[in-house]
Amino acid sequence: MAEPIKYGPARVLPGEQIPITTNPDTEPFWQAAKEHRLTACQCGNCGHFRMPPSPYCPECSSREKKWPTLPGTATVFSFAICNKNPANGEDYIYVPIVVDIDGAPGARLNANVTGCNAEEVHIGMKVTVEWTPIRDGWVLPNFRKV
Amino acid sequence: MAWANQDKTAIVGIGSTDYYVRGKSWPRTINDMAGEAIMNACADAGISIKDIDGIAYYSTAGAGYLDKFDTASLMETLGMPHISFSATLTSGGGGCPGAIGLATAGLMNEDAKYIVTLMALQQLPQHRLGVVFGAHAPSPESSFLQPSGLVGPGHLMSVLARRHMHLYGTTQDAFGEVVMATRANTHNRPKAVRKNPLTKEEYDASVMLADPLRRLDFCLETDGAVAVITTTMDRAKDCRHKPAVVHACAHGGQREWGRAFAWMGMPDPYFASSGHKFTADRIWNQSGLAAKDMDVALLYDHFSPMVLMQLEDYGFCAKGEGNDYVLSGKLRYDPATGKGTNGGIPVNTHGGNLNEAYIIGMTHIVEGVEQVRGTAINQVKDAEFALVSGGPASLPVSSLVLRSA
Ligand SMILES: [Zn+2]
Repeated sequence: MAEPIKYGPARVLPGEQIPITTNPDTEPFWQAAKEHRLTACQCGNCGHFRMPPSPYCPECSSREKKWPTLPGTATVFSFAICNKNPANGEDYIYVPIVVDIDGAPGARLNANVTGCNAEEVHIGMKVTVEWTPIRDGWVLPNFRKV
Repeated sequence: MAWANQDKTAIVGIGSTDYYVRGKSWPRTINDMAGEAIMNACADAGISIKDIDGIAYYSTAGAGYLDKFDTASLMETLGMPHISFSATLTSGGGGCPGAIGLATAGLMNEDAKYIVTLMALQQLPQHRLGVVFGAHAPSPESSFLQPSGLVGPGHLMSVLARRHMHLYGTTQDAFGEVVMATRANTHNRPKAVRKNPLTKEEYDASVMLADPLRRLDFCLETDGAVAVITTTMDRAKDCRHKPAVVHACAHGGQREWGRAFAWMGMPDPYFASSGHKFTADRIWNQSGLAAKDMDVALLYDHFSPMVLMQLEDYGFCAKGEGNDYVLSGKLRYDPATGKGTNGGIPVNTHGGNLNEAYIIGMTHIVEGVEQVRGTAINQVKDAEFALVSGGPASLPVSSLVLRSA
């Protein structure tokens, strides 16, 4: 087995290189993010959470949606350690994480984590939301190690 | 319950171009290469190009990931007089062997007599496959994935591999053994891109691209084309070679896998899997067979951990035991005996996407056909059943069992 790699600090990708697009189903999530409020799409009928936001609840087929304010904390479900900025190929240590969102069982987000070295990130690690301004005035939820 | 179409159709023709390192096929065009593969498959079957009257595509009729096949254009280019079946499976490489089931549907419906399934792949310098997912502003759905910097397939797969390592103690050594065991099968293959034996030291020195995955855990990027022809059993008997009988075939999958790593919403235990459990169960139910009955397994190997996870999903070993199964040498082919080693079933006797060539799954079908014909370069002794799988990816994925006639 090869020696573990020491990567150093995990950074979030620069916001100015990140575009998103929205549609009427997803826009409430991003509007909440502009207010630094983490939410997830919840069925207005049965309470089931789903992400990304979509027109129907897959459990009860309702079109009613709620956008509750969540605590803003999450748990790392899995991750990768990447070493090139995808926008330009330059050396850049970032850690894409898949998180389970606290207060929204079944809902996940994909984001970057910071506040620790890349090699310290582990499954089960607790993280808290940190907001990154991105292109066109939108704001992206990333996470920091608690 | 046995499948109603079991042993009713067969693959009778296989054809390909040379396999080129990414970008090296220029100035050939993608239709040039597709045409060569189709005509070679016709010659192999002993039929005329003018006998082809159906096309069963996969990958949404994609030719690579940026070009599209068009049946009308192929007809006019190659001179097929008429077409009475033209259909595709959706999504991407997951549907590759499932397209043989689609061809079977067309044949059993008496829509067509000889149905071709094909893939051609060409990357020009401005069309790098590995960054296709990150090249444009994301859709509203992928706006929940792409900003994280998970932009290439290798990034996405590394997240699944990491979860498997966490849940089951799987090691990078096992990923390395997948690469080494299948590399050992290419030294005698004239068309293979990577032919040198691979040592563990060389694997460990391979650059880490998306930790826990190294460059050598990623498949090749090749240009080229492959086509196969499926027909009914009665017609197959008149073709040049022993038919490769379509014994079981299924495509699809379950909601828990769904978009898979195009979103990362899968619950355990599906997250750390290949997404193939559903179609694996279907082909075993269709045939009454199990993994242990296979003589050879051609498993789609775009990334080495996905071979390990397919071994679990198909039941070559129990869920979570892929690491030990792989490390015990059970993927390896022993040329001296023509069998597996340590009681295993040889995997990717052609070298697979990791070592031979990557034509989005078609090379696995070709190897399955050659194995049950008895004409493979690394022939498994008395091979009766060959399993062929499609790429672990967004649904549908697919599975095929070929039987020796
Ligand atoms: Zn509901």
